Amino acid sequence: MEHSPEHADLYRKMLRIRLFEERLLDLFPGGQIYGTTHTYIGQEANAVGVLAAMQEGDLVVSNHRCHGHFLAYGGSMHALAAELLGRETGICGGRGGSQHIKWQEFFANGILGGTVPIAVGMAFAETTKQRNSVVFTFIGDGTLGEGVVYESLNMASLWNLPLFFVVENNRYAQSTPVELNLAGDICARFEAFGISAMELEARDVFEIMQCARENTPSVRAGEGPRALILHTYRFAPHSKGDDTRDPKEIEQYRAQDPLQLLAAGIENEERQQIEKEVAEEIAEAYTNAESDPQADPESLTFPLGGAS
Amino acid sequence: MTTVRESLNEALVACLQESPEVYFLGEDILDPYGGAFKVADGLSTQFSDRVITTPVSEAGIVGVGIGMALRGLRPVVEIMFGDFITLAADQLINHAAKIRWMSGDAARVPLVVRTPMGGGRGYGPTHSQSLEKHFLGVAGLRVVAVPSLEDPGALLCNAVLEDDDPVLFVEHKLLYPSAILPLDGRGDFDIVRRSNGYPDYQLQLHRSPKPSLTLVAYGYMAELAREAMRSMAYEKEIFCELIVPTQISPFKLESLYESAAQTKRVLVIEEGSQTMGWGAEVSARLHEDMPSTIKVGRIGALEMPIPAAIQLEAAALPSVEKIMNMAVALVA
Repeated sequence: MEHSPEHADLYRKMLRIRLFEERLLDLFPGGQIYGTTHTYIGQEANAVGVLAAMQEGDLVVSNHRCHGHFLAYGGSMHALAAELLGRETGICGGRGGSQHIKWQEFFANGILGGTVPIAVGMAFAETTKQRNSVVFTFIGDGTLGEGVVYESLNMASLWNLPLFFVVENNRYAQSTPVELNLAGDICARFEAFGISAMELEARDVFEIMQCARENTPSVRAGEGPRALILHTYRFAPHSKGDDTRDPKEIEQYRAQDPLQLLAAGIENEERQQIEKEVAEEIAEAYTNAESDPQADPESLTFPLGGAS
Repeated sequence: MTTVRESLNEALVACLQESPEVYFLGEDILDPYGGAFKVADGLSTQFSDRVITTPVSEAGIVGVGIGMALRGLRPVVEIMFGDFITLAADQLINHAAKIRWMSGDAARVPLVVRTPMGGGRGYGPTHSQSLEKHFLGVAGLRVVAVPSLEDPGALLCNAVLEDDDPVLFVEHKLLYPSAILPLDGRGDFDIVRRSNGYPDYQLQLHRSPKPSLTLVAYGYMAELAREAMRSMAYEKEIFCELIVPTQISPFKLESLYESAAQTKRVLVIEEGSQTMGWGAEVSARLHEDMPSTIKVGRIGALEMPIPAAIQLEAAALPSVEKIMNMAVALVA
């Protein structure tokens, strides 16, 4: 693991996601959280590393597992906690919940693959406005089963659009291991459409960041989309209580936790200071959210101004 | 004489001229072909950079339209046959219709998806359907059906340039060559437009006595209804008022309620299969919302796929004769 001035900053960003998600899972048994969630624990280096290549005006299109992407994008931790707690101060006032977020140029939806053609359309619009922005589009290995993804890759390449696709292969589609639902090769899927693809064992956030920084300038310059496949692992269940994986396997991956790998490279005192600050930030975000007013049913409106 | 197809085509030209944000996407839409039903004729020649031919990817291109709309463009996506809209159902229902509402109005999707529905051309079970019924009542999605009245192109322009929400714009393929009936009384009908934007129309035969029956129909069914009104007036001395809504969903039924309050009898005509369709909901609303009892009849396609052979297809779909028979029964 190399050292850089960004070391502490990356650690803080990843730790924010880790502790936010752990706190969230803690809240479920107590009944404070209604609904569901898909936590990003174990995958933090992906969002933090990739979005280090983001520039002002870039877009992020995310999915059901969006909290980590949102926090790495720069979204408010308090607003996310409030959204999950059904408060009127939530990102979408409690309408969207865990999987449906729209804030600035960040978009997430809970339908797998359905976001990908939308990302293509956004990238198309960016080129017509000559904004030189990149649309970072996160999908997972499970989403590679959705046909509309391939329609989208075709158009992205055909029209030479500024998309940076990130496949987070966490090796499971909910409870089903990737071996049981994915034929062929992930990179080859992109390459078949003429989209250059790279893959990494996603443990080292510096490596992910470097790869994203090296590969986004050509996308930004209008030379067509690229893809980065990150072989990763989630330490927590797909959702809440639906983990059927072998605990030994989880332990093996936990032993290679990208967050701990990064922590090892930071001087003790600085690391502890960061940990203290992040823990306070998380506590404050949730505490504030919990004291915010509940989303009011009176605030509900009918779309299109009609009740039908 | 302007046809519905010409009116829609001219409207697209006007929209592309009016706003640089308007883009037109679809399969096989480039000149010289100009789209399967020629509504896109000439567009790619005149606006080559904003008329985009696409792969055969209905879900993909509707999604692309949503993404463009979210970024400030005003895309129009043509789906070659309405039957193919099922492929884009996820995009319309789970994305286009929800994004504005979910985001608490932080995002808008000014997208128009145009598509030809309907039978009468012998295209068989997968190229003849009226599938709009499956998109009615989807909160956040407007469904508009163009009639051959007044100015079909204005309806399309309103959807493309004025409406900030997603619109499924339904064009019946038999209407494309139809002449447009103007409001100026040149035809044999007196027509009143109610409201602007997506208006309703009220039609009565010129100088006909007080109607005893209300017909309500949209799109091509309104043409059949007009024909039935003529025959009933001349052959049976039954006089009707016809209500033609253009916004099918969400419901706008004030014109119908007004007419039904007078006639107390309503015949709902739709080309989609009847069970659990538009007519069923119109009927339910009439019973729920009207103070007095209204007698309601319904006509729709038979509960089967639409057959290809001409005599089989005619048997399955609504017809002037079926409308007349049901109308006679209702006023009896």
